[in-house]
Amino acid sequence: MSKRMLALAVAAVCTVTLTAQKVQINGGGATFPNPIYSKWFSDYNKLHPTVEINYQPQGSGFGVQQIMAQTVFFGASDKPMPDDKLKDAPGKIMHFPTVLGADVPVYNIPGVSADLKFTGPVLADIFLGKITKWNDAAITKANAGVSLPNADIVVVHRAEASGTSFIWTDYLSKVSPEWKTKIGASDSVNWPTGLSGKGNDGVTALVKQTPGAIGYVELIYAINQKLSYGVVQNAAGEWSKASVESVTAAAAGAAANMPADFRVSITNAPGKGAYPISSFTWILMYQDPKDKAQAKIMVDFMKWALADGQKACAPLGYAPLPASVVKLELEALKQIKLQ
Amino acid sequence: MMTSPRVRRLISNTMMGLCILAVLIALVPLAAILFFVVSRGASSLNWAFFTELPKPVGEPGGGMANAIIGTLIICGLGAMFAIPIGVFSGVYIAEVRESRFGSIVRFAADTLNGVPSIVIGLFVYVLAVMPFKQFTALAGGLALGIMMIPLITRTTEELLRLVPRSLFEGALALGATRGRAVFSVIVPAALPGILTGIMLALARIAGETAPLLFTAFNNHYWSTSLTQPIASLTVQVFTYATSPYDDWHRQAWAGALVLVSIVLLCSILARLATRRLERMHG
Amino acid sequence: MRKSRQATGAGDVWFRIGTGLFALVLVLIVGGIAVVLWRRSSLTIARFGLGFWRGEIWDPVSGEFGAYAFIWGTLYSSFLALAIATPVALGIAIFLSELCPRALRTPLAFLTELLAAIPSIVYGLWGIFVLVPAVRAFQMGLPDSVRHLPVFSGPAIGVNLLSAALVLAMMIVPFTSSVAREVLKAVPPAQREAALALGSTSWEATRVTLYYARSGILGAVILGLGRALGETMAVTMVIGNTPKAAVSIFAPQYTMAAVIANEFAEATTNLHVSALVEIGLLLFAVTLAINILSRLLIWNMARERTVRVPAPIPAGQAG
Repeated sequence: MSKRMLALAVAAVCTVTLTAQKVQINGGGATFPNPIYSKWFSDYNKLHPTVEINYQPQGSGFGVQQIMAQTVFFGASDKPMPDDKLKDAPGKIMHFPTVLGADVPVYNIPGVSADLKFTGPVLADIFLGKITKWNDAAITKANAGVSLPNADIVVVHRAEASGTSFIWTDYLSKVSPEWKTKIGASDSVNWPTGLSGKGNDGVTALVKQTPGAIGYVELIYAINQKLSYGVVQNAAGEWSKASVESVTAAAAGAAANMPADFRVSITNAPGKGAYPISSFTWILMYQDPKDKAQAKIMVDFMKWALADGQKACAPLGYAPLPASVVKLELEALKQIKLQ
Repeated sequence: MMTSPRVRRLISNTMMGLCILAVLIALVPLAAILFFVVSRGASSLNWAFFTELPKPVGEPGGGMANAIIGTLIICGLGAMFAIPIGVFSGVYIAEVRESRFGSIVRFAADTLNGVPSIVIGLFVYVLAVMPFKQFTALAGGLALGIMMIPLITRTTEELLRLVPRSLFEGALALGATRGRAVFSVIVPAALPGILTGIMLALARIAGETAPLLFTAFNNHYWSTSLTQPIASLTVQVFTYATSPYDDWHRQAWAGALVLVSIVLLCSILARLATRRLERMHG
Repeated sequence: MRKSRQATGAGDVWFRIGTGLFALVLVLIVGGIAVVLWRRSSLTIARFGLGFWRGEIWDPVSGEFGAYAFIWGTLYSSFLALAIATPVALGIAIFLSELCPRALRTPLAFLTELLAAIPSIVYGLWGIFVLVPAVRAFQMGLPDSVRHLPVFSGPAIGVNLLSAALVLAMMIVPFTSSVAREVLKAVPPAQREAALALGSTSWEATRVTLYYARSGILGAVILGLGRALGETMAVTMVIGNTPKAAVSIFAPQYTMAAVIANEFAEATTNLHVSALVEIGLLLFAVTLAINILSRLLIWNMARERTVRVPAPIPAGQAG
C-alpha cells in the first residue's frame, strides 16, 4: 500500500514539475514595435511565470522569412504580406494588428526651430530630387512666417529594406502620381537622390549631423532623440502633427472598411484629425499551428495584449488600436485551431 | 653602388622613427574608441548589469547576464570546432610538403577569410537551422567556428614554416616518425605564435553580430541549452544601440565594454600560458 | 625549391592522413559555401549572365540587377584600407620585435591586440558619431584647388568611401601586425646578427629579416585584406550605401558585403534573393582571384631576387 502511495506521490511530483516547466516561444520581426512588445512579454511573464516569449527585432522581412520557414512560432511585420508570399507559405498565415505607428519627416535646418508644414506632393518632390533648396517657393508657400535659408536640401533615406520605408513610399505613391509610376511603394526602392542611413538610428544620426538634411523615421525615434519633425497635410486638408491621438484617428477611419484578414494600408487615411503617414503593425501566426500548446498560450497572450496591453502603449509613444478594430480581432482569434 | 655610410645611417634612423610613428598612429584611434565606449558605458556597469536579465524600456535596472554567459558558451563552441581543424590543417600545409593538396588548402583558407560574416551565417542557416526549423546555440557556435578557422590555419602554417629545419632533422635523426617530430618538437616551438593566432581568431568572432542573427538568434531569458536560441552580447548590444532610447544606448555601451574586457582577459591568460611554455622549452 | 623526404613507415602515413582529414574538412566547408552560393543564384546567373558584373543599375522594384557598383566599392575600400594599414601594421611589428625595450613590449602588444577585440558594431557606431563628422570637417578644410581634383570631389557629407577605408584600416592593423610580429619573432636571430656583423645599419638588418620572413609577412597582409573584403557591419554604417561607382573618396559608395546584409532579410522576390546570393558568389570569386594573384607575385619575387649584401661601413665610422 505504501509503495503505491510512494509511486503516486513521485508521479504527482513529476507531473507538477513537468507542467511547471517553462515554455519558451520564439518570435521575430519588426524593430519598430520592439519596445512595446518587450514590455508586453515582460508583463505577461510576470502574470504567467512559466511563459517565456522570446522576441527578436531583426526586421519585418526577417519576421516574414522565419515564419515561412517555421523557425519561429510567430512573426511580426510593419508591412502586410503580399499575396504571392502568402501563397508560398506552408500553411495559412493570419495577420493580427497590435499597435499603430507613424513615420514623420525629420529635418535639421540651422536657425529653424519651428514646426515646418509639408504637403504630400512637396514631400514627394523633395524625395524625387525636384525641390533642392529649403527656400523653394513650394515650401515657403506653406510656411509663411518662417524664414528658410537658401540652403541645399540633403535627403536621407534608409539603406536597407524596412517597413518604415514601405510606409513612407506607400504614402508618397498615394499623393504623387509621379512617385507612383517612377519609384513605387516598397520597402526597398531605387531612391533617386540622397544619402543612406542604416536603420532608424542611422537616419537619425545622419540628420542630426548634416545641416540641411531631411529624412523619415518612426515617431518614437523623433520623440526620444529630440528631432524636429514636420506637420503633414492629411487627406481632409488639415495640418496634422503625428501624435498618439492623430495616429489612432487614422486607424479609426479604416475600421469601417477593414478586410477580413486585416491587411490594409492606412496611409493618407480619410477622416478628421488623422495623421496621414500612419500604419498598423501586425503579428503573423499560422491558422493551424503545429504546436498546440504554444498556440493556446499565444492566443491567450493576444487577448491580453488587445485589452490590458493597450494601456501600456501611450506612455511609450505608441498609438493604441481603436476599439472597433480590437473587436474584429478578438473574433478572428477564434479561428486559430487550438486542437 | 655605394651609398655613403652617413646616408645609410640617416635612412636607418628615419625608418626606425617611422616605425615608432606607426605605433603612435595605431594608439590614437584605439584611445579614441576606448574613451568613447568607456565614457558612455562605464556608468551603466553595476552589479545588476552582471546578474539580471534585460528589462523592457522604462523599467530601471536590468542587465545582460544571460548574454555574457551566452557569448562565453558560443565562443567556446566555436573554439572547440575551429582549433583542431585550424591547427591540424596548418600542420598539414606546412609539413606535408610533397602534397599538391596543401596549396589548395591554403587557397581555401585565404578565400574563407574573405567570406563576409553574413554569408557564413546564411550558409549555416541553410545547413543547420532550416532543416530542423530551430535556431540553436550549436548553429551559432558553428558559424563562429567557421570564421575562426582561416586565421588559425594560416598563422599556424606560417609559424611552423619558420621553425628551423635543424630541429626537425634532429628529431628524425633520433628515430622519431614524422608525426612525432612535428608534434613533439616543431609545434611546441611555434606554440606561442599559434596561440596568438587562436587569440586573434577569438577576438574576431567575439565581436561579430551578423552570423549570429540567423543562427543563435538571441534570447531574453536564461538559457544554456545548446538546442535553443541563446543570448549573446553582440546581438544584444546591436539591438539596444539601434533603439531610440538613451537608457538602452548606455546599456549597449556597457555591454561593449564587457565584451572587450572578456577578450582582453582571455588574451592575458593565453599570454601567461605561453610564457610558461616558453620558459619550459628554453 | 624544397623537396621533402617521402613519407616512410606507418607512423608517417597516419600523420599524413590524420592531418589531411582535418584539412579536407576545411576545403569541404569552403567548397560547400561555393556550391550553396552557386545553386541559389541560378536565377540571376541565367537571366543576366556575365552582364551582372558590368551592370550598373540596382533596382529591386523593377527587377534590374547589376553588381558593378558593389564590386568597385569593395575593391576600392579594401585596397585603400590595405594601403593605409599595411605600413602602419608592419611598422608596429618591426618596432615590437626589434626596437622596443623589453618592458614596454608586452603592454604595447596588448594594446594593439585590443583593437582586434573591439566589436565591429562598436567600430560602426564610433565611426558614425566621431569619424564621419571628422572626415566631413577635414574635407571642408581642404583647399579648393585640391577639392576640384576628381578623386577629392563632391559635397562634404562624411559618410563616404574614405570613412569606410579608415574604419577598415583600423580593423586590419591589429591582425596584420600581430601575425607579422609573431613571424618576425620566429626568424632566427642569426640572420639579423649576421647582417649586423657584416656592418649593416639597423634598418638594413631589419630588411634582411623581412626578406627571410617574406612568406609570413605576405600571409599577414593577405589575412588583413580578407578581413577588409568581408567586413559587413562597420562598413555599412559609414560608407553611405549608395550603389554608384565613383572615383572620389568623398563620395558615398556601397560594398558587396554591405548590400547583402542590408537587403537579404527583406528581399521580396526570388530574383532579388538570387541577385544577392550571386553577389556573395562574386565576392568569393574576387577573393580567390586576389589570393591566386598574390601567390603568383610572391613566387615571382622569390625567383628573381638575390639578396644584396650591404656594403660594410669602414672601420671607425660604424654605429
